[in-house]
Amino acid sequence: MFLLIFKIALIVILFLISLGVAAYATYGERKVAAFMQDRIGPDRAGPFGLLQPIADGVKMFMKEEIIPNVSDKLLFILGPCIFMITALMTSAVIPWGTAMEFDGVKYGLQVADINIGILYVFGVVSLGVYGIMIGGWASNNKFALLGAVRASSQMISYELAMGMSLIAIIMMSGSLSLNDIVAQQGQGKLYGFIPVSGLNWNIFYQPLGFIIFLICAFAECNRTPFDLPECETELVGGYHTEYSSMKLGLYLFAEYINMFVSGAIISCLYFGGYNFPGLEYLSTVLNPNLVSIISFGALFTKAIFFVFFFMWIRWTIPRFRYDQLMKLGWQVLLPLSILNVLLTGGGLTIFSK
Amino acid sequence: MQLTNRSKVVSNKEMSFKEKLYIPAILSGMGVTFKHMFKKSVSLRYPEVTRQFSPVYRGMHVLKRDAEGRENCTACGLCAVACPAEAITMDAAERKKGEEHLYREEKYAAKYEINMLRCIFCGLCEEACPKDAIYLTDRIVPTEYKRSNFIYGKDVLVEKMEDRIDITKRKKEYHID
Ligand code: SF4
Ligand code: SF4
Repeated sequence: MFLLIFKIALIVILFLISLGVAAYATYGERKVAAFMQDRIGPDRAGPFGLLQPIADGVKMFMKEEIIPNVSDKLLFILGPCIFMITALMTSAVIPWGTAMEFDGVKYGLQVADINIGILYVFGVVSLGVYGIMIGGWASNNKFALLGAVRASSQMISYELAMGMSLIAIIMMSGSLSLNDIVAQQGQGKLYGFIPVSGLNWNIFYQPLGFIIFLICAFAECNRTPFDLPECETELVGGYHTEYSSMKLGLYLFAEYINMFVSGAIISCLYFGGYNFPGLEYLSTVLNPNLVSIISFGALFTKAIFFVFFFMWIRWTIPRFRYDQLMKLGWQVLLPLSILNVLLTGGGLTIFSK
Repeated sequence: MQLTNRSKVVSNKEMSFKEKLYIPAILSGMGVTFKHMFKKSVSLRYPEVTRQFSPVYRGMHVLKRDAEGRENCTACGLCAVACPAEAITMDAAERKKGEEHLYREEKYAAKYEINMLRCIFCGLCEEACPKDAIYLTDRIVPTEYKRSNFIYGKDVLVEKMEDRIDITKRKKEYHID
């Protein structure tokens, strides 16, 4: 019974955190953009403009809700819903911290510890493309449709390379459960001899895999330099051209949630998740619940750093051309990721003896 | 003729392997944007802080009064003739007895209008004026909801006695008096 309450509380908290992060990511995006362009950014609503997300939210709700009369109404409404739901669903399998302890019973800080966590993430992320495709198709607008077609072909192409780069991780850890993958990065010494506990991160073994995964994550989130589905200069607004009011808000919001969740997943897979040097020592001296919260803080910081990184890239690199995008996906990243799998296999057979 | 040696010759040569990797170029680009995060911002918080205008800035016009508060303009129409945008219209009237404290010359402009939507702020009216009456100032023409509000009459253009507009800088350095 307590387990149920704990899980529900966890779900609600995660939900609120994701929404809060997404709201403030819109603010952060504008601030980061402003600073990188020697501007100030929003600073009128509240101190430093901190209330800007609320003002934006109110604006979104107040806008007129337009459903084009040539659109497929049901699908038109379904599109943003699917996109939002899939964005929120992914966070369920991420291990957010070390286990909490109440009355001597341990409760993992993870909504669902399923043993195929990574596959679940993949499944849900690829469902997200339906949100875009349905929305773009139902709008009955050629720009929206073009954007949607671009989105789906781009996501399908990059999922391949992403999956291949993940296989190398799975080979190393021997498990599909995100919980195991993260726990393993907290044990043992780096390269077997560097005596820093909690730093046995996959990034040090899989730099190539990490770069491939990162690039693919950009493509999956439709962020610059891969934001072809919604590029303003060519397609008006891409798949959400016809959307207005909160339905547009859901699309934009879900994009930021996606960014946050992919930041968390990258941290889990390559940067040790909630592990950090010193965690082992802390857990011997502090209350396990406190350690759990600190470790959550570590993962949160890493995820936020990646959100910042996404923005940093966005204001640095211009958009790819569509053929360059496809060429990069199929002719560069896919062969590289296969090479990475081979290298990992070779490395494992040599060093695991 | 080459003025500077900053220009680079563009070539379509094959990229080297290092260039094809793209990653070093992207990293250096990220370095550039990161450095800019700590640069001083060039934005001004507009309504509170206004930008310093150059002394030759040509903004909203003013019709000057002389030291005793009499209007300088004599409705000669030279400004209207000089205006390339045909933005100025006026009606002349003769000064009556007892109005000497209002108008400096015997003839004055009963109506004087500048259409701010036509005006291109070239400053030719200022140069044409023989009576030192019209000047362009560093004030900005504010926005309006109606086009008709942009036709500025004497009520807006003639300077108020309690709020005189200083044009000495413009006069001194850039105007042949
Ligand atoms: S500034 Fe130029 S355009 Fe404007 S009223 Fe004077 S002469 Fe005409
Ligand atoms: S402003 Fe000057 S040029 Fe124009 S009518 Fe008056 S005196 Fe003549």
